[in-house]
Amino acid sequence: MVVDGIAGSRIRERRIDKGIRQATLAATLGISAPYLNLIEHNRRRIAGDLLAQAAAALDVPVDQLSSGVDVSLLDQLRSAAADMAITAETVRAEDLAVRFPGWSDLIVHQAARIASLQDRVQVLTDRMTYDPELAGSLHQVITAVTAVRSAASILVGGETIDADWQARFHRNIYDDSVRLAASSEALIQYLDTPDAEGASHMAPIDEVEAALDAYGFHIPDLEAGQSKPLDRVLSEMAMSSPMALDLMSRFLHQYAADAAAMPLPAFADAARTNGHDPAALVRAFAVPFEAVLRRLASLPVGEDHPAMGLAVADASGALVLNKQVRGFALPRAGAGCPLWPVFTAFARPDQPLRVPVVLPDTTTQRFLCYAIAVPIGQASFDAPPILRSTMLVIPDAADDGAAATQAGVSCRICPRADCVARREQSTMTASAL
Amino acid sequence: MAKRVLLIEDEPNIIEAISFILSRDGWTVHTHADGETAMTKVRATPPDLIILDVMLPGRSGFDILRDLRADPETQATPVMMLTARGQAKDRELATRLGASQFMTKPFSNAKVRDTVRALMDA
Repeated sequence: MVVDGIAGSRIRERRIDKGIRQATLAATLGISAPYLNLIEHNRRRIAGDLLAQAAAALDVPVDQLSSGVDVSLLDQLRSAAADMAITAETVRAEDLAVRFPGWSDLIVHQAARIASLQDRVQVLTDRMTYDPELAGSLHQVITAVTAVRSAASILVGGETIDADWQARFHRNIYDDSVRLAASSEALIQYLDTPDAEGASHMAPIDEVEAALDAYGFHIPDLEAGQSKPLDRVLSEMAMSSPMALDLMSRFLHQYAADAAAMPLPAFADAARTNGHDPAALVRAFAVPFEAVLRRLASLPVGEDHPAMGLAVADASGALVLNKQVRGFALPRAGAGCPLWPVFTAFARPDQPLRVPVVLPDTTTQRFLCYAIAVPIGQASFDAPPILRSTMLVIPDAADDGAAATQAGVSCRICPRADCVARREQSTMTASAL
Repeated sequence: MAKRVLLIEDEPNIIEAISFILSRDGWTVHTHADGETAMTKVRATPPDLIILDVMLPGRSGFDILRDLRADPETQATPVMMLTARGQAKDRELATRLGASQFMTKPFSNAKVRDTVRALMDA
């Protein structure tokens, strides 16, 4: 999806590059200089003959002025601005993207890098704070050090101490030193393990998604008729930690089960025939709705299959799997827009949803989302069901007249001031957008 | 009559070292190693000052401190908290619950002795 409202920025850029004064160009085009100024700041649209005249005056092809900028780049620039505690000129994000695409990419990549490092810090902080094994080891070390220090201080304090007490404190120091050595060794071994095994600095789920993304979430070796054992596929994924390996193993087992229930050639044909309508595919293959959503997201792009995103969330709102697709990028945990069907489905367990979603940008990008929340695990009389929600996201969906949910990415970069779901103020005022 | 200190701590060698230091400084030191029954011990022999470890078997030092401050008999008793976790939030919690002092392990013997003296002189 591209934004086409930035022709003005390109006219301005080209005019300045050629050293043409604004008034001169305005006269050439037969419009007033103030009106050209509005155009150049994208406050008036330019198209048709006037655009063609401007292109001619500036000696560039028309499409070089009118071709847009990727809306996802704009979103990422705005997100980068919103993540900083400083006020940025978000109103000029389009200008920036058009005039300095290289610098824009740098900002986006740096913002992603910062986010990745922040995630890493959070993982390590959580580990330091909540990891019971680490906390227990540290406590043992500190306790032993405290005891050794106190006993040693008494012995070297210069005051007369009975022989019995001296012997007792010597024994205590020896015992505590043995305990300290053991605790320290265990602690070092525990802390060294990830690096020694070459653990990734990504969170396990990020590592899994990055590996799957390299395949486009389509694993040919697990399709029916392929002979490669699942364990070998898992091994080739080269996960760097036991946690990532476990997550990947669970994903691949589910993938293989879905592939067996919905063999690729027949499923792909049926998907094309039915316009990728999950309900029709549920009927055709007699499988659960969420399985069809997963299977659609695993189809290889092309061959009349659109790129489709997938989000799987637990009831806390955390995304346990997230296949991003152009224009759709929810945050991993907690800060996403709650209006996406992957979250609203929790209010209606077992009921499939079909919801168009529109983002709050100038392009009004429209997604078609299918979602369902279903219980996982065994049913019990003694505990409420544990729900998991699955959502398929099809971008660039045609407007079929159905009312669309006015969603966003997260409150911080969303301009919908009157949204009842808003939980915090946006860092981008309406005027900034 | 010597002032009584109750040391609630589950680590035997730390108990022994602190008991030795404070005994030589003229205190009568009682010890207790279990969080669950600590309040019973306090009520049975009310001390003049309590040294209270945070991580105890049965019940945390924070829970015991909360009970101490809720009990009219002990709400004014000075309490020095000991912890192996020096996190700001632990210190904040101890302060909010009414700890008189908060000391992070490993500590020096002199600091323990001087702090106990200061709390009793206050």
